[in-house]
Amino acid sequence: MQTKRMTFSSRWLPYALLAPQVIITLIFFVWPASQALWQSMLRQDPFGLRSTFIWFRNFERLFEDTHYLASMKTTLIFSVCTTLLAMSVALLFATMVNRMIRSRDTYTTFLVWPYAVAPAIAGVLWWFIFNPSVGILPYILEGVGYDWNHRLNSNDAMILVVVAAAWKQISYNFLFFLAGLQSIPQSLIEASAIDGASRTKRFWTIIFPLLSPTTFFLMVVNIVYAMFDTFGVIHATTEGGPAQATNILVYKVFRDGFVGNNLGSSAAQSVILMGIVIVLTVVQFRWIERRVNY
Amino acid sequence: MVENDRWGTLLAHIILILGVAIVIFPVYVALIASTHEGGTFFRGVMPLLPGGHGWENYSTVIFDGRASAGAPPIGLMLWNSFVMAMMIAVGKIAISLLSAFAIVYFRFPFRIFFFWIIFVTLMLPVEVRIVPTFQVVANLGMLNTYAGLSIPLIASATATFLFRQFFMTIPEEMLEAARVDGAGPMKFFKDILLPLSVTNIAAMFVIMFIYGWNQYLWPLLITTDDSYYTIVMGIQRMVTGGDSEPLWHLVMATVVMAALPPILVILFMQRLFVKGLTETEK
Repeated sequence: MQTKRMTFSSRWLPYALLAPQVIITLIFFVWPASQALWQSMLRQDPFGLRSTFIWFRNFERLFEDTHYLASMKTTLIFSVCTTLLAMSVALLFATMVNRMIRSRDTYTTFLVWPYAVAPAIAGVLWWFIFNPSVGILPYILEGVGYDWNHRLNSNDAMILVVVAAAWKQISYNFLFFLAGLQSIPQSLIEASAIDGASRTKRFWTIIFPLLSPTTFFLMVVNIVYAMFDTFGVIHATTEGGPAQATNILVYKVFRDGFVGNNLGSSAAQSVILMGIVIVLTVVQFRWIERRVNY
Repeated sequence: MVENDRWGTLLAHIILILGVAIVIFPVYVALIASTHEGGTFFRGVMPLLPGGHGWENYSTVIFDGRASAGAPPIGLMLWNSFVMAMMIAVGKIAISLLSAFAIVYFRFPFRIFFFWIIFVTLMLPVEVRIVPTFQVVANLGMLNTYAGLSIPLIASATATFLFRQFFMTIPEEMLEAARVDGAGPMKFFKDILLPLSVTNIAAMFVIMFIYGWNQYLWPLLITTDDSYYTIVMGIQRMVTGGDSEPLWHLVMATVVMAALPPILVILFMQRLFVKGLTETEK
């Protein structure tokens, strides 16, 4: 890692400059993370008075626990659906906006602001729209003969949280897709048009492959978003229910740690999540290296 | 465009207008709901046109709150959110500028080591280490304080990386000229680096303000005293507090008030926002 060719020299100043960030990082990141590692190998008695060291029993137990495995599956379904929905809608919008010349900025303005809405608020908004007694969509769905109830039906609940989570993420994906589309050289598109490729053909054989770095990057970001940042969506709406149908991993850590008071298990779950985050981060950085050599 | 395709463009406009309508729909519904009186929602499906009780509802939530459900007036919650978002945004930018300056403009033992410690934070969102972080904050006696709300979220590698990358692009001659003129490190930082980074700082500020404002899990955990509730988490208390059906008109008025500040920030600073967003993720 480089510095400038010419640098300042001081014995203490660089340490003083780094101190605030490093101290906060050590106290609030490194120390808690190591605590989580330690606690994940302990079992506490119900009163929190004594704890015994039990090696990897907490992890073994988690992987035998059908609730945990179900939660993993739920997380997988939830993240994949959210990512697919948010990305495909955003790509559609971005390609359409990219055709426009004068109205491009107006559409962009209308499409970016949901980024500012907190996940919890997005959840409450959609929860209201889908509310079985006062919401609009259940009323419409009733008209076509579907009885919507996300309090009882687990599929309905899943659709609700996926829609709320994806809605908020569309603007983010849209901005990156639009930037990606604008960096594709116009000459390539013109050349293929002269060769007689139709608009659809141009999209799938030229534009889409050239967008793949953006698509891949967004995929990682969206999966991280769906797995970790959507806590608010779940907590403000379904609270993991009905019957654990929307109990994603992050929500389960919180529930087991603070409501169920099962610290050992919660810590073990945290450690597993950290592992997942680290893998995803490494994947993302790998991608950045690739793009630099592109 | 390559060919002039009238119908295609028209179709694209139609798709986009529909898309924008769908994207706006939830907020439109919230706005409408916040202008009706409570009874409207017991009579069945929600109306789609504004009612006449807007001022009433907004002044109720802002000044009175819902004492029965333990929800304080949202004026205070808005203030708490603002303080928290400002502390996080300013704090993050300040410590990141300093540490990026140290990493780029100095050579000292353990530089790489410190860089990695900062890098690690990039990997661990609060959500995955909530329980132990909560214990640390509780042990430090920082529950129910502004410091507890903001300091644990201040350390962030993203801002440090952004500033590091930006500092690397500043021409070497700047430093050489400053050295020739006899400027010390802090003078160089204050008079040359800071003025050059203004746009980056502003872009970062927009992103971090929104990040801070939208925090949910963290304030939910460490505030038990309702005078420290932030607006985003306060809504959850309003929705689930009490056994009865939520008072939708008041909930939606609160939702609108909670979503408005960050939306305004984005709309008024769109260019900076886009810059901040696309550059932090590099």
